[in-house]
Amino acid sequence: MTMKGYKDLPEGGVIPEKGNSVLYKTGEWRSMRPVWHSEGCVHCLMCWVFCPDSSIKVEDGKMVGIDYDHCKGCGICARECPRKEKALQMVKE
Amino acid sequence: MASEKKQVAMTGNEAVANAIRQINPDVMAAYPITPQTDIVQFYSTFAANGLVDTQMVTVESEHSAMSATVGASAAGSRAMTATSSQGLALMHEILHIASGFRLPIAMPVVNRAVSAPINIHCDHSDTMAALTTGWIQLYGESAQEAYDNMIQAVKIAEDPRVRLPVMVCYDGFITSHAVENLVLVPDDAVKAFVGEYKSEYGLFDFEKPITFGPLVLPDYFSELKAQQSDAMLAAKEVILEVAEEYEKISGRKYGYFEAYKLDDAERVIVVLSSAAGTTKAVVDELRAAGEKVGLLKPRVLRPFPAEELVKALSGAKVVAVMDRAETFSTQGGQLFAEIRSAFYEASKKPLIKNYIFGLGGRDTTTSDIRKVYEELKKDQERGSVDRKVTHLDVRV
Amino acid sequence: MASLKELSAIPEVLAPGHRLCAGCGAPIVVRQITRAAQGPLVVTNATGCLEVSTTVYPYTSWNTPWIHNAFENAAATASGVEAAYQALKRRGKLDKDVKFVVFGGDGGTYDIGFQSLSGAMERNHNLVYVCYDNGAYMNTGIQRSSATPKGADTTTSPVGKLSYGKRENRKDLTLIMAAHNIPYAAQVSPAHWNDLYQKAEKAFAAGGAAFINALAPCPRGWRHDSKDTIAICRLAVDTCFWPLYEVVEGKTRVTYKPREKKPVTEFLKAQGRFRHLFQPGNEAILEEIQKEVDRRWEELLALEEISNRQGETA
Repeated sequence: MTMKGYKDLPEGGVIPEKGNSVLYKTGEWRSMRPVWHSEGCVHCLMCWVFCPDSSIKVEDGKMVGIDYDHCKGCGICARECPRKEKALQMVKE
Repeated sequence: MASEKKQVAMTGNEAVANAIRQINPDVMAAYPITPQTDIVQFYSTFAANGLVDTQMVTVESEHSAMSATVGASAAGSRAMTATSSQGLALMHEILHIASGFRLPIAMPVVNRAVSAPINIHCDHSDTMAALTTGWIQLYGESAQEAYDNMIQAVKIAEDPRVRLPVMVCYDGFITSHAVENLVLVPDDAVKAFVGEYKSEYGLFDFEKPITFGPLVLPDYFSELKAQQSDAMLAAKEVILEVAEEYEKISGRKYGYFEAYKLDDAERVIVVLSSAAGTTKAVVDELRAAGEKVGLLKPRVLRPFPAEELVKALSGAKVVAVMDRAETFSTQGGQLFAEIRSAFYEASKKPLIKNYIFGLGGRDTTTSDIRKVYEELKKDQERGSVDRKVTHLDVRV
Repeated sequence: MASLKELSAIPEVLAPGHRLCAGCGAPIVVRQITRAAQGPLVVTNATGCLEVSTTVYPYTSWNTPWIHNAFENAAATASGVEAAYQALKRRGKLDKDVKFVVFGGDGGTYDIGFQSLSGAMERNHNLVYVCYDNGAYMNTGIQRSSATPKGADTTTSPVGKLSYGKRENRKDLTLIMAAHNIPYAAQVSPAHWNDLYQKAEKAFAAGGAAFINALAPCPRGWRHDSKDTIAICRLAVDTCFWPLYEVVEGKTRVTYKPREKKPVTEFLKAQGRFRHLFQPGNEAILEEIQKEVDRRWEELLALEEISNRQGETA
């Protein structure tokens, strides 16, 4: 993001945009990564409901992958997955 | 003509409550404190009788009063509160946030001494402690001026060049509770004068949601403070424009200060608010005796009209700046420090001295003021001031 | 009862890219609660981890209007926002039905924001106040709060030769809020997402002030692996350290009763902040903690019993 001069900033420190933190890649923090095995997934969405980082991608009520740009590798998804290693597995980056 | 308008008898607080009634803000969040209390009472009665349709929030503290007012203003509504003394001190943290958020909140502050010792009467220790909070400050001598400042404050605050909060200061009990004759501007004229409020941002636009009050780190903080400083500078111009416009509906003139018999004055008192009235009486009396004395009564302390004050006082030989609050710097009051500093670059400087007076509601009488002018005369003859800082009315 | 499939179709209020720690409980609570608003939602946030980590200028993680004022005044700020909504609606300048939610940590809620919260609840503003309770001042580096459990090692109740950690019991804020006689108060855990979601729906529909206390583990302060956040929430509930219940119009209902109440040590053992309690010599402290958990659980069941009886006679 370019640094604006003081006269060009919105007044009062307001951020007049929504959700632009998607531009900030917290995925770089990760030391472990969850790996998804679609064939073992039952799409229960436990990983999705417990994800602190809105990083489980869901389309039409189905798990479709992981947002590695933002996933911090906390491991909650794999731990809470009822299918365990069959569907989600933590591996070293 | 203004002079033909009907006079009404009202206390300062009643007059200010009526100004707010005429403005009819969207939200009023307030907490009672002496001597501000009856503004809130009058206003609650107006609301209870349908004279206004303001959403009242009867908060549990002044801290919450300012916090709710900030919330309501940030949401995009015209929001107000009112306070005094300890209440202003309790709000202090949020005063900075209101100005940093650039929220155009107009707030009466009925000046009262800050504890300890606890005291309910007038001095200016409350608003003097708020000079660095980023609020515009207007001071009024009388109920009429408090009323007029209240209406102008809304227009100054909301001007797109400014968007800063404004304190409308007047003296506790002396002005807030004494009944005076004054002239109100008709309701519809006030309504048209302040107009519909249009905020820059709001919290109810769900198409373009905003984030209000984020964490700003060193990479952007200075820039936002520079904006705020520019807005305060812009307020200087806007204050005069609004005064000119207000004169058209009221017939009354306002500026940065009132110069009373100042043109050829050699010995001048600078004093805020109600004590200026007492001083005028002494000026008249001494003028009748041929003394070249005058008065300068500041109305605007933030932004500080340094150049204009220097110009207005440059013809004087000796100036007594009177502060109704201690700073405990041991170097005098705040007004004194700022006026004296303003003269640093001036080629022509009068002698300048300071009097601290009227603390905790101590009466300042004409004989006190007479004493000041007498001492100024001696200073003028001697060509130097005998003492830089004097506590005017302390028993020894 | 909404399924996760249905809930996943509701737009996300909290965008990724926020800078909360890996495994933080707070954003899980936020994601679950905000789904229940179902429509325009304005968020007020007290100063704290959630606030600083989601709005590092010029970035924001919020997809809905959001305001932060200060630490202790989130409830008062939201009171003003809600008052503005009432005024603008009455004056015909706004036609939407808007919901209001406040998020504050336990520091901003139990402690410094307690007065402003109490005021807002008593005035019955139409808003939902959610405390994400991680049991200490985590943002400033794990200092004890009035929500910190007895025995916890924090930086201002450190374990030492003369100290076993925090000496005092935690404040029962949920019951204190219920004692404001507001339309709705509840305690939730993100592990029980369905229970949480139903309570959040009720809170948003309460038509007045609602309070929700949500357990939100802090891997850093509780000293547990980031993957265990939800598992520890489950232990908190199954040991009755953190009972799930609601108080609706003064009637108490326990919404989840563990089939087998586990000893509180199961919850404590999972966290490094209680590790010292398992050293020889601290058995009495563990006993005291268990007794206090039991006493409060019994008290809650008794309150439910009274509510049931009142229901029968009414």
